[in-house]
Amino acid sequence: MPQEKQHPGFIPRLISPRELFAEGNRGCQGCGEALAIRQILKAAGPDTIVCSATGCVEIISSPYPETAWRVPWIHVAFENAAAVASGVEAAIKILKKRGRYHDRKINIIALAGDGGTADIGLQALSGAFERRHDFTYICTDNEAYMNTGIQRSSATPYGASTTTSPAGKESIGQTTPKKDMPMIAAAHDIPYVATCCPSYPMDLLAKAAKAFNTEGPSYLHVLSPCPTGWRHESHLTVEIGRLAVETGVFPLYEIIEGRLKMNVVMEKRKPVKEYLKHQGRFRHLGPDEIEEIQRIVDEKYVRLLRRAEFDRSLER
Amino acid sequence: MGIRTGMEVSIAISEAVKLSRAEVIAAYPITPQTHIVEELARMVADGELDAKFIMVESEHSAMSACIGAAAAGARSFTATAAQGLALMHEMLYIASGLRLPVVMAVANRAMSAPLSIWGDHSDIMAERDSGWIQLFAETGQDAFDLTIQAFRIAEDERVSLPVVVNIDGFTLSHVIEPLEIESQEDVDRFLPPFKPVIQLDPDKPISIGPVGFPEIYTEIKKQQNVALVESYKVIREIWNEFRDMFGREYHPVESYRTEDAEILIHIAGSTAGTARIAVDMLREKGEKVGLIRTRLWRPYPFEDMKKAVAGVKAVAAVDRCLSFGGQGGPMCSELKSAMYNLEEKPFIAGFIAGLGGRDITIEDFFTIVKETKKMLEEGGGGEEYRMIGVRE
Repeated sequence: MPQEKQHPGFIPRLISPRELFAEGNRGCQGCGEALAIRQILKAAGPDTIVCSATGCVEIISSPYPETAWRVPWIHVAFENAAAVASGVEAAIKILKKRGRYHDRKINIIALAGDGGTADIGLQALSGAFERRHDFTYICTDNEAYMNTGIQRSSATPYGASTTTSPAGKESIGQTTPKKDMPMIAAAHDIPYVATCCPSYPMDLLAKAAKAFNTEGPSYLHVLSPCPTGWRHESHLTVEIGRLAVETGVFPLYEIIEGRLKMNVVMEKRKPVKEYLKHQGRFRHLGPDEIEEIQRIVDEKYVRLLRRAEFDRSLER
Repeated sequence: MGIRTGMEVSIAISEAVKLSRAEVIAAYPITPQTHIVEELARMVADGELDAKFIMVESEHSAMSACIGAAAAGARSFTATAAQGLALMHEMLYIASGLRLPVVMAVANRAMSAPLSIWGDHSDIMAERDSGWIQLFAETGQDAFDLTIQAFRIAEDERVSLPVVVNIDGFTLSHVIEPLEIESQEDVDRFLPPFKPVIQLDPDKPISIGPVGFPEIYTEIKKQQNVALVESYKVIREIWNEFRDMFGREYHPVESYRTEDAEILIHIAGSTAGTARIAVDMLREKGEKVGLIRTRLWRPYPFEDMKKAVAGVKAVAAVDRCLSFGGQGGPMCSELKSAMYNLEEKPFIAGFIAGLGGRDITIEDFFTIVKETKKMLEEGGGGEEYRMIGVRE
């Protein structure tokens, strides 16, 4: 296990100073996923088991014989983080019952990127949600297959240029809208779904804590800016995450027992071009395409606000 | 003391899993494995077996869940066949690479296309090199005993490898056989609770399944192979202990009427029952024919096999699997490889039979022996292999 260092400057009274995801991991400068995981493990604490899918996080955190994980961690394959977590959860339940495991609450996390969640891992994820395992599935979404070299996934947004959806004379890049993974998770009627972003650490920590304290399956969708794949400057990671929320490109909400609640409501949203302009993957877009993206974002945002309003009316 | 009873072999395997006190079972239904998992589900529902049964959405997830459960320290079991086993393929290598003692029953079935739910060995042969310990059962008693032994072998800390028990789909899985079901006390004495070598434990956090760079990958694979090869000794040791406790003997290669035999039939699985009858009938006619059966397929019992065939003129190696464009059958190829460097070696004739549930009859074995003799008389040449019972 790597030597544990504490950072007491990290608002110690509110947030655990323990760093369970070690510094010195091999993430790129400005990696949004590494930042998210650092925060999530602060909410989770040491009584946590992480089941990782293959992907950036797995590669940067486990170059044998090094490891960045100060909690028990297992990586099996790409498409099965949820299935592995199912097995871990079932095992711990029965071992506890037979008096062969610690009798304390253990947070079980399945962790995957957007490819491991929305594409190749969707079946295993759906199965684990339907079976109601007591675990938290966390998708750190950087909107493409970054580990293999920025190939498009079904979570790549409309208009983004990737190595397999390149912008060219005949193409604007990704021609299809981003798959709405949090809503797919919510369609399983699981007790807790939330969207979050490491640019809003207190929101992320609170949602992670809620997810871990939920009995049954929970889902966190974490937008994780990626300087390498999005082609933005590495010091802008936090800023770009904020812009994603402030423009409404990535609204922060949670769905508790089926009721949707907006967490950060923008009185006046910034135009999406504020978000797009920092990123090389959108550089080729002209005013018409940007207008189209604005239209998609507006429509989705309004739909979410209406849904939140409706769900609130059910509570009265 | 055990009870002598008649029981469907699938149910006997479920009994063995129950008596082994399995903790996590993850499975997806596929013919002809279904009776095993249905019975286990019933046992859990009726409170006869205190285990977690995960009804997964695919075989890929079945093996993934077993891997997760074993890493968390639970005794884990699954069962499958054919397409299901093929869907697990990727996970089989990971289970063995992570050295996790998962136990699996495979009700051997033909691979599609064309779709066939009936038995042969093409499913497991595609997983030959996946690093699992691989056993073949001939009878219901074999299937019951091997399942209990499989947990003991897999979990032995000198082994720490997954084990597959092969039973022929339908011709073994669905038949009712007389067998001895051992008592819980005796099975408990033979099989203590699982003590994991590595475990996901917050008090001792470890990382399982990291990235292995070229500087370390080869060494890890060598280590894994050494463990598999050396599991042979442990398997023999456990079989001796089993014999002393329950009175039934197990050998890597089983021999039947091989004394003074000139021709040996080689086969794996339940078809050996038919082969025995054929051997008896040929012996009555004065033909010097015997039978050998591979029980331990991986690690391959080279020395046992060399001993078993020493001094015979020919071996008729019958495979229930066709290696397309190759030498015919995988078991025949292996046998030939094992003999190649020997100075004195028998002529080995390859036969393919019993594909996709096609019966292998006593007459088929007569044909096999007759053709082997003919090839031997002609100086041991001829084609690499022959397919038996083809309607032309």
